[in-house]
Amino acid sequence: MKKTYKIDVDCANCANKMEDAAKRTDGVKDATVNFMMLKMHVEFEDGRNPKEVMQEVLKNCKKVEDDCEIFI
Amino acid sequence: MNKKQKKMLVRILTAAAMLIALQFIPAKGWLRFVLYLVPYFVIGYDILQKALKGIRNHQVFDECFLMAVATVGAIALALYDRSGDYTEAVAVMLFYQVGEWFQSYAVGKSRRNITELMDIRPDYANVEVNGKIEKTDPDEVEIGTVIVVQPGEKVPIDGIVAEGISSLNTSALTGESLPRDIKPGDEIISGCINMTGVLKVKTTKEFGESTVSKILDLVENASSRKSRSEDFISKFARVYTPAVCWSALALAFLPPLVRMLGMGLSADWGAWIYRALTFLVISCPCALVISIPLSFFAGIGGASNAGVLVKGSNYLETLSKTRIVVFDKTGTLTQGVFEVDGIHHNELENEKLLEYAALAESASSHPISKSIQRAYGGEIDRSRVKEIREISGNGVIATVDGKEVAAGNDKLMESLGVPYINCHSAGTIIHMAVDRKYAGHIVISDIIKPHAKEAVEALKKAGVRKTVMLTGDREKTAQEVASKLGLDQVYSELLPGDKVEKVEELLKSRPEGAKLAFVGDGINDAPVLGRADIGIAMGAMGSDAAIEAADIVLMDDDPLKISKAIRISRKCLGIVYQNIVFAIGVKLICLMLGALGIANMWLAIFADVGVMIIAVLNAVRALFVKKL
Repeated sequence: MKKTYKIDVDCANCANKMEDAAKRTDGVKDATVNFMMLKMHVEFEDGRNPKEVMQEVLKNCKKVEDDCEIFI
Repeated sequence: MNKKQKKMLVRILTAAAMLIALQFIPAKGWLRFVLYLVPYFVIGYDILQKALKGIRNHQVFDECFLMAVATVGAIALALYDRSGDYTEAVAVMLFYQVGEWFQSYAVGKSRRNITELMDIRPDYANVEVNGKIEKTDPDEVEIGTVIVVQPGEKVPIDGIVAEGISSLNTSALTGESLPRDIKPGDEIISGCINMTGVLKVKTTKEFGESTVSKILDLVENASSRKSRSEDFISKFARVYTPAVCWSALALAFLPPLVRMLGMGLSADWGAWIYRALTFLVISCPCALVISIPLSFFAGIGGASNAGVLVKGSNYLETLSKTRIVVFDKTGTLTQGVFEVDGIHHNELENEKLLEYAALAESASSHPISKSIQRAYGGEIDRSRVKEIREISGNGVIATVDGKEVAAGNDKLMESLGVPYINCHSAGTIIHMAVDRKYAGHIVISDIIKPHAKEAVEALKKAGVRKTVMLTGDREKTAQEVASKLGLDQVYSELLPGDKVEKVEELLKSRPEGAKLAFVGDGINDAPVLGRADIGIAMGAMGSDAAIEAADIVLMDDDPLKISKAIRISRKCLGIVYQNIVFAIGVKLICLMLGALGIANMWLAIFADVGVMIIAVLNAVRALFVKKL
C-alpha cells in the first residue's frame, strides 16, 4: 500500500535525512520525500498498519531532524 | 514569510545590531568575552542544540555540527591567543543563518510561484439542488450529475455539455491562448476556464479520474523521479561532507606535528587549527543539495505552464540529450483527419461502394474508418453487418447484407487473391472487394499540420541530428509527406509491430549518448512510446491513454511544442550544470585557499552563503520559458 503525507521541513538536506530515516523504519518498503512539494510518499510492507508505522516514521524523522513535521 | 522566517529575521537583525554596537564598546578581557557571547547565543543557540542532538543520534556530520565546531573553535582560538577577536565567530554564525534564512525564503517563494503556475485545481463544483445552485466539494460529485459552470469559473470535472454555448480558455492546460468554442454535445475537460456563457455540464468522470486531477498528480509527483544529476549530487554530498571533515582534522594535526617532529620548527597550532576550522565552514553542501532539485522543479513547472507535461526530472534530462526524433505520421505531423478524395475504378455506384465500406468499417475507431463513415453520411445500421474481422495493418473483412465485403490495402487484396488496380494519386488507398471481386478503390488523404514544416526546422535548430518518420501508409504518400517536411528518413508500410522493430533498429545504430525520442498521438503507439528512450505523446487533452503511456505529454497537438520542450529541457539542464560546476568549483577553490592559509573564515562564509544565493537565483531562472 502507498500513501502520501504532507510534511514540513526547512532544508533539502534535512529532507534527504528524513527520507533515509523513513526508509530505515520497520514496516516501510520504500519512501521518497519530495522537498519541493513538501510531500512524503510511503510504500508500506504488506499487512502493516500505516497508522502505526507512520508513528514510528515520525519518531525516527524527529530523531534526525527535530524541526520536521509529518501531518499524519 | 511564515512565522519561523519572521522569528529568524528578528534574531538576525538583533544579533547584527548587537555585533555592530560591540565594535564601539572598548570592553576588555572577560567582560568582552561575555558581551560577545550574547549575540552568539542569540543567533546560534538552535544550531548548537541541533549539533548536540546530532552527536547523540550518531549523525555527526551535519552542517549544524560543522558550524558549531567552527565557531566554538574560533572563539576558543581567540581566547587562547588573547586576541579578543570574537567578531569572526559571531559573524560566521550570523552569515550562516542569513544564508539559511534566504534559502528558506527563496525556496518557499518559488514553491508558491510554481504551484500557483500549476494552480488549475478547482475548489468547488456548482450543483443544482432544487433549483438552487450549491457549491460542493468536487470530490463528492457523482458521475452523471449536472453541474453549472459560470463564466470565469474553472471547469471542475470532465463531462459533456448539456446546455449553453461558450468559449473556453484552455491556456492553463495547453499554453494555447486561442479560446476554444464549445456547444451542447461537446466534451469538456476539467481545468479549462469558462469565458463567456453559463454552461451546464453532465459529468462523465469522478473528480479523481478527471483530467485536472491526473495532470496535477503527474506534475506534483514529477520531481520524485530523480534525475542522474540529482542522484550525483546527493551521493556527492554524502561523500563530500565527511571527506572535508576528515581533511580538516588532518589539516589541524598533521602539519603541526610534521613541523614539530620532522622539521624542528615551532608547531604553530593556532594557525593550522584556524585553517581547519575554515575548512569546516566551507564544507556545508547545502548550495548543491538545494539548487539542483529546485532547478528541475522550476523547469517542470515552467514547462507545464507552456502545455508540456514532464513526468519526471529524469525525462527532462533525457530530453535535453535528444538527437534523433522519430515521428509517427498520422495525428503527429498530419492532422489525422482524413477526407475521402476520390473513388476510382468502381464497378458499383459511388454511394453504394461508400456504404459498403462504411458498414464494413463500422466497428473500427481508426481515423480512416471514421472518415469513410463521415463521407458516407447516412445512419449506420449495425444489424446489417456480421462477422467483422479486423486484420491488423491490412484492413477489414465483414459480411454486409449477406455479401462478403473486404476493405483494405493491397496486402489484403493479395491475401484474398483479388487482382487490384493501383492508384497514381498520393494518399491512403482503400481497395474494395465484394464477394472476392474487385469493386474499385477509395482514395483518402490526410492534411499536413500547418506548423509541421516549421516544427521539423525548429528541431534541427534545437540540435536534433536526425528526423525519422514511421507510418503504416503507402510508400508514395509517405515519401510525399517526408519531402514536403524535409524529414531525413522514412519507413513506410509498417504494421504496428514493425514500428517497435524499427525503433529498436534505430536505437541500436545511434551514436553513444544520443537519445531517441518517439513522438506519437499516444492512442495506438503505446508500445513504441515505451520502447524509445523518451516517449512524447501529443494532443493529449482528454486522452488518458496518452497521459499513461508517455514520458512527456504535449497537451495540444501543435508539433512546434516538441522543439519547445527540447529547448526548455536544455535550458533547465544548462542551469543544473552551471550550478554544479559553479558550486563545486567555488568550494574546491576555497578549500585550497583555506588550506594554504590565504582564505580566512570571512571569505569562507561569504563563499558558502554567496554561492548558495546565486545558485538558488539561477535555479529559479528555469521557471521562465515563455520566450524559448
